[in-house]
Amino acid sequence: MSYSVTQPSVRQKWIAGILVIGYALITMLPLLWIVATGFKSSVDSIAYPPKILFEPTVEGYVNVFTAQTRLSAELAAEPRDDLPWYEQLVRNKGNTIVGASRYSERFFNSVIIGFGSTFFAIVLGTAAAYAFSRFKVPLKDDLLFFILSTRMMPPIAVAIPIFLMFRNLGLNDTHAGMILLYTAINLSLAVWLINGFIDEIPIEYEEAALIDGYTRFQAFYKVVLPQAATGIASTAIFCLIFSWNEYALAVLLTSGTAQTAPPFIPTIIGVGGQDWPAVAAGATIFLVPVMVFTILLRKHLLRGITFGAVRK
Amino acid sequence: MSNSVIDRAARATPTVVAQKVKGLSDRAIAWIFVAPTIFILLAINIFPLIWTIYLSFTNFRVNRPNNAIEWVGLRNYERILGDADIWMTMQATAHFLIWTIVCQVVIGFALAYLINKKFKGNDLWTTIIVFPMMLSPAVVGNFWTFLYEPQIGLFNYVVGFVTGADPSSFSMIGEVSLAPWSIVIVDTWMWTPFVMLICLAGLRSIPDSIYEAAECDRASKWRQFWTITIPMILPFLMLAVLFRGIENFKMFDLVVQLTGGGPGNTTTLTSIDLKREAFEKWRTGFSSAYAVILFVTVFGLASIYVKALNKVKQR
Repeated sequence: MSYSVTQPSVRQKWIAGILVIGYALITMLPLLWIVATGFKSSVDSIAYPPKILFEPTVEGYVNVFTAQTRLSAELAAEPRDDLPWYEQLVRNKGNTIVGASRYSERFFNSVIIGFGSTFFAIVLGTAAAYAFSRFKVPLKDDLLFFILSTRMMPPIAVAIPIFLMFRNLGLNDTHAGMILLYTAINLSLAVWLINGFIDEIPIEYEEAALIDGYTRFQAFYKVVLPQAATGIASTAIFCLIFSWNEYALAVLLTSGTAQTAPPFIPTIIGVGGQDWPAVAAGATIFLVPVMVFTILLRKHLLRGITFGAVRK
Repeated sequence: MSNSVIDRAARATPTVVAQKVKGLSDRAIAWIFVAPTIFILLAINIFPLIWTIYLSFTNFRVNRPNNAIEWVGLRNYERILGDADIWMTMQATAHFLIWTIVCQVVIGFALAYLINKKFKGNDLWTTIIVFPMMLSPAVVGNFWTFLYEPQIGLFNYVVGFVTGADPSSFSMIGEVSLAPWSIVIVDTWMWTPFVMLICLAGLRSIPDSIYEAAECDRASKWRQFWTITIPMILPFLMLAVLFRGIENFKMFDLVVQLTGGGPGNTTTLTSIDLKREAFEKWRTGFSSAYAVILFVTVFGLASIYVKALNKVKQR
């Protein structure tokens, strides 16, 4: 290997590696603790000192899907054998199931609202981004800045009039209302990111297609769309992650039917406070999709989080 | 940006070509493509904003819809600016902003600098470091209350293990002096990776040839760091501060779940206070004025800052 002043030495690499890995391990600790707590029994989860080795159980997972609150003592003592295995498991620990959990319902709400708003934001955003990139749109720069500036408002500030507006339109606590709201919020991100991706596709491809007799629409979906596909896909994942994680508007504008998981998970209560294994189980199920996406997104992360403002 | 002339020339071309193409005119297509986006943003962002501004001059209350809406002029604004509690909230927010930005920039830059040494497996570890920022702040904040429990919480146990202090002797979210720091720690844990990614982009954009030239001039490594690395990365650092500043000014979910604004009002940031005024006390007019003040503040500070940023970029 030839000598280069910009190549770090082997010793530097070792030091850098050890420091970064050290930080990464500390960062991972709370996450690993969430996963581990999900597999603990309620007694183990609040043991002192905190238990690193424990006997794993799926009690937390069973509780988060079946029980909302639990009672112990007398009710549990009464013998019964007509219960399914998961309820038996909870009873064997001395707990009784009271009422059905609504976690799965909330989780599906997150899926519906997340995917719905992502779909609309991407369809509308791609169209707008294409127009901004390829046509002379009057006041283009002002419009783009206006679109971006909508992200500066605190969500609570717009929540007041949206609350009133949704109440008048009958959209409060409905899936349609939440999808519409998240579509609007995701649109700004979608337009900015996809605009950047389409700008990078040489315009000559379309010109060739137009000369070959394609219409504008055909050139758009046969030439531009396939080339922007990876960029659009990673934008879609960013939009999905936003809707998936959003809390402030969800907690203010939904209460029952359309409530997503983030406002719900912290409300999982057991005997005397939060049922931590159940909370951790619910959180783990909820966080895993996002972690998978993060791994898939590695290469596009930089563009996504900076609106493409940072050039590689 | 330097090739904008070529860019413009390239963009002007298809207009001519397209005129020969049958079907809708380009102008019509442009409008069809842009209109839905503009319409939705007007309906969900601009219309509510205008409504908020209107309500801020009234004494309207959502929970009393039958009361007549009275125009009160600037009274709401006067009351907010004269309210000592709201100034305390502003202080708490400023404390939170300053410390999270300092911690995140220092740690984030250091990490990016180290990762840029390209050691073996750096890609894997970078991905692991990035996880926290992709997670739901509300869910994470809620779980951190568990980690902060005196005695049984992992955080107290580790601190006790390292420093030798009794884990049950302090409560991060229960004590007035520690609570503001408990939110700074979690926010730093969550968002340092964001600053790190931006710094990494900055470091990778510095061409090697500059360092090679400096080496020929016999500049020391220390000198190279201060006269090349820092000035070249400054615009990126400022951009990171801008994004984090705006985001943390709006901060709500993480803190609500972590401390709920307590103990006392020590961690009541402006968004939390605003939520209480609007959705617990239902003082709609008053809280609309509050929202307008916050929006004007963040917008004003951001525009001044962006001007400074552009100056640094042009150097």
